[in-house]
Amino acid sequence: MPASQTETIGKIGTRSWSTPWLKDPTLPVWIGVTVFLVFLMLFPLGSIFRASLWDETGFSLGRYLEVFTNAAFLKAIWNTVVISFWVGVISVVIGALLAWLVTRTDLPWKKPIRALVMASFVTPPFLGAFAWTLLAGPNAGTLNKLYRSITGSEDALFNVFTMPGLIFVMALYSFPYVFSMVANVCELISSDLEDAAEILGANKWQTAWTVTMPLALPALIGGFILAFLHSLSLFGAPAILGLPAGIHTVTTQIWALFQYPPRLDMAAAFSVPLLLATMVLIAVQKKILGRRGFSTVGGKGGQKRLIRFGWGRVPVLLLVLGVVSLSVFLPYWILLKAALSTAWAMPLTWDNFTLKNFSFAFFEYGDTQRAIFNTFKLGILTATIGTLLATLIAYITNRNLFRGARYLSFFALAPLVIPGIVLAVGLFIAYTRPPLVLYGTIWILFVAYLTKEMPIGFSQAESTFKSIHPELEDASRIIGANRLISLKDVTAPLARSGLIAAWSFIFIGVIRELSASILLFAPASKVVSVVIFDLKEEGQVGVISVLGILLLVVSFAVILAMQWFAGRDVVATRE
Amino acid sequence: MKKSPAFLLFTLLVGGVSTAFAQDAALVQAARKEGKVVWHTSLALPSSTAISHYFQNKYKGIEVEVHRNGSQRVLQRFMQETAAGIKNADIVHTSDAGHFELLKDKNLLLKFTPQGVASFPDGFKDKAGFYYGMRATLSVIAHNPKIVSENDAPKTWKDLLNPKWSGKLVTAHPGYSGIIMTHVLALVNVYGWEYFRDLGKNKLHIVQSANDPAGVVASGERPVGVNGAEYFYYKTLKQGNPIKIVYPKEGIPLVVSPVAIAKDAPHPNAAKLFTEFIFSKESQQLLADKEGLYTGHPEVTYPADKPKLKDLKLLSVDADELEKRNAEIKKRFVEIFGA
Repeated sequence: MPASQTETIGKIGTRSWSTPWLKDPTLPVWIGVTVFLVFLMLFPLGSIFRASLWDETGFSLGRYLEVFTNAAFLKAIWNTVVISFWVGVISVVIGALLAWLVTRTDLPWKKPIRALVMASFVTPPFLGAFAWTLLAGPNAGTLNKLYRSITGSEDALFNVFTMPGLIFVMALYSFPYVFSMVANVCELISSDLEDAAEILGANKWQTAWTVTMPLALPALIGGFILAFLHSLSLFGAPAILGLPAGIHTVTTQIWALFQYPPRLDMAAAFSVPLLLATMVLIAVQKKILGRRGFSTVGGKGGQKRLIRFGWGRVPVLLLVLGVVSLSVFLPYWILLKAALSTAWAMPLTWDNFTLKNFSFAFFEYGDTQRAIFNTFKLGILTATIGTLLATLIAYITNRNLFRGARYLSFFALAPLVIPGIVLAVGLFIAYTRPPLVLYGTIWILFVAYLTKEMPIGFSQAESTFKSIHPELEDASRIIGANRLISLKDVTAPLARSGLIAAWSFIFIGVIRELSASILLFAPASKVVSVVIFDLKEEGQVGVISVLGILLLVVSFAVILAMQWFAGRDVVATRE
Repeated sequence: MKKSPAFLLFTLLVGGVSTAFAQDAALVQAARKEGKVVWHTSLALPSSTAISHYFQNKYKGIEVEVHRNGSQRVLQRFMQETAAGIKNADIVHTSDAGHFELLKDKNLLLKFTPQGVASFPDGFKDKAGFYYGMRATLSVIAHNPKIVSENDAPKTWKDLLNPKWSGKLVTAHPGYSGIIMTHVLALVNVYGWEYFRDLGKNKLHIVQSANDPAGVVASGERPVGVNGAEYFYYKTLKQGNPIKIVYPKEGIPLVVSPVAIAKDAPHPNAAKLFTEFIFSKESQQLLADKEGLYTGHPEVTYPADKPKLKDLKLLSVDADELEKRNAEIKKRFVEIFGA
């Protein structure tokens, strides 16, 4: 049955049983969820606008004027635009190429390659950036030393503490966004048109360039915007790679404004342009992707045939492995080496081998123990409550429980346009003063994470509910169960794998979060990412590596557990 | 029996000492009841962790919660907590003496004088009795002897201005480190901002903590550190890393890092006990022996391979001036070095 017809019948089904919906005893729950969500989204944003426009002396646009006249701020904005643009371009090149190779060609080892792209996605960018300071610092960086010893050159092959270095590293951890977007589209493009091109005499590359590429163009532009936005909102990578070279971005500048004496009003005013920029870009992206002008994409009717490389598969495979080794193998290897050495820049000999970094991190340094506890507590709490909330909201919008329920999805997806650090500025202003002082506890982080992860949880739950017909639920309600009980006993079990995926994505998102946490933590509520950043500022290379490895191991364990429990391959796509 | 004057003196002494003991016992008991002390500190992580372990071993049952960060960040967190009405910190310790003038002005400190500090030099004592210097750090030049030869190495602050060092220098940041804040002010007082403007032309690698240059120099990422905590260079050197410390003859910034108890300390007794512990001769000697620090305690002895403070020309700065010029120094530094 076509999707639209199913939906219509579903709607009729729910409508007929839900009217008069006023009598629904579970209504307070749905109203409560709605109010909570709207409050969650509007309160921090409102706080930002208020703080940027009003102070004790009244209304003023002076702060905005300062943002656009202060040379340092303008420089930070310019740097951010340049960096994000190139990150977007490089991500599209790498992401699209990999996606095309994995979906449309006979490249071997597709599953492991997808898994490695997933690994790049899971790796926190600040950790990747840190690893790259060890790999490509101009003088002590392992790769540069290797280059010098091979060529005898005096110069560095690549200096990571530069604009290009920063762009390169940020692109390594942004391209998976483009990859998943383009891979999804490439799966759906039928080979008929490509065949036609080949019959007319085009070779493989001409076909790819003139037929496949234009068909995938909306996905490419959408992917570019996604990568651009991702890089715009990053804090850790520019702080670790940019600041040592005197390069500020918008996020590091906002963070610097929190130093004593804090200029929260300026941080708020500086956040607003970032917020507007993301809003505009998301709107553009929606427009491009929503147009669906290409009737050849989207249906599943067409056939997909793979392009054969023949013997050329080997060099192509090596190229692909080269790319993922930059984002995964090399960084992981240097982290492991640094974790096990006394001096990271020296060869890992018996003299240099140590387990002290591990014992210091786990047993001696009190902050790490508290941070690990906080991180996992927050991860589990946010994932559990976030999944629950997302499920309820998706249920409301999907079953259209009351008039205007569909607009609720707008609120659930709103954090997509709020960079983490901007959200943190809003939450900091909102929750450090009465009536609701959450600062100093882990709850301000919980609110931040819950807000930030809502779009992922919601879209997972939404797409899952779409695929579940409401008739079973209706049956349950006919025999007397209310909506909540039906949802719990009937629909949720059917949605199990989707909800497990939502839980896992939120959990992983939480434990790697830095850009909001860095403003919201207090000494008693540190999390692992913040401890890593603190240690980075003091240069404790070995201990950072240990904690980084911990984050990676837990993330991968969660992914494997999810695949085991949900019984589905989440490596493939992330929607 | 006729009491001799000596006997009188003896009883007096014993009496005095035992009252002190009784007071101590009462303090220890009260501190045990509180169970922990929260220490916001800028002392290098390995060192502050070590001190907390010494304390925990001596006073079982009292946990030291160490929150280590750069001086400016310690102040930032403390003020953020204060603004939100959160009373979490017991003891504040940074390397920016100006912070303590600020905190004193804002009435955020508890007046407390530990027993041992009477004999300390004046530079270690707040006249009003709110804070005392726990340690003294020198900010020095250092280089990697594997990369820079002894003849070639910079010996004075002005040597660092030579264009041959372009791209080879590392500096820590006054917006993070109190040691570097003091360092910058001390050198500005001698050479003016001109000096830093010229230094900025040599494309420095900028790190945050005054401890970080030690690692950067040791790894060879930048072979020369234009500043940095001497004790951390010394510790890194002692671990077998290639580091040579240079004590410039024109003068070396001396950074006295105060300790003070927060007025609203949630564990005031444990805070007092910990402060007493820090200023005891035993701890001060540990700081010198294990952490390579200088202290204000006149009886403390130092490792033979470290220069004596009296043999060095020291540059000290006034806490008031540090407080007043904090924002200006951060701003100028960022203008010159970019971040």
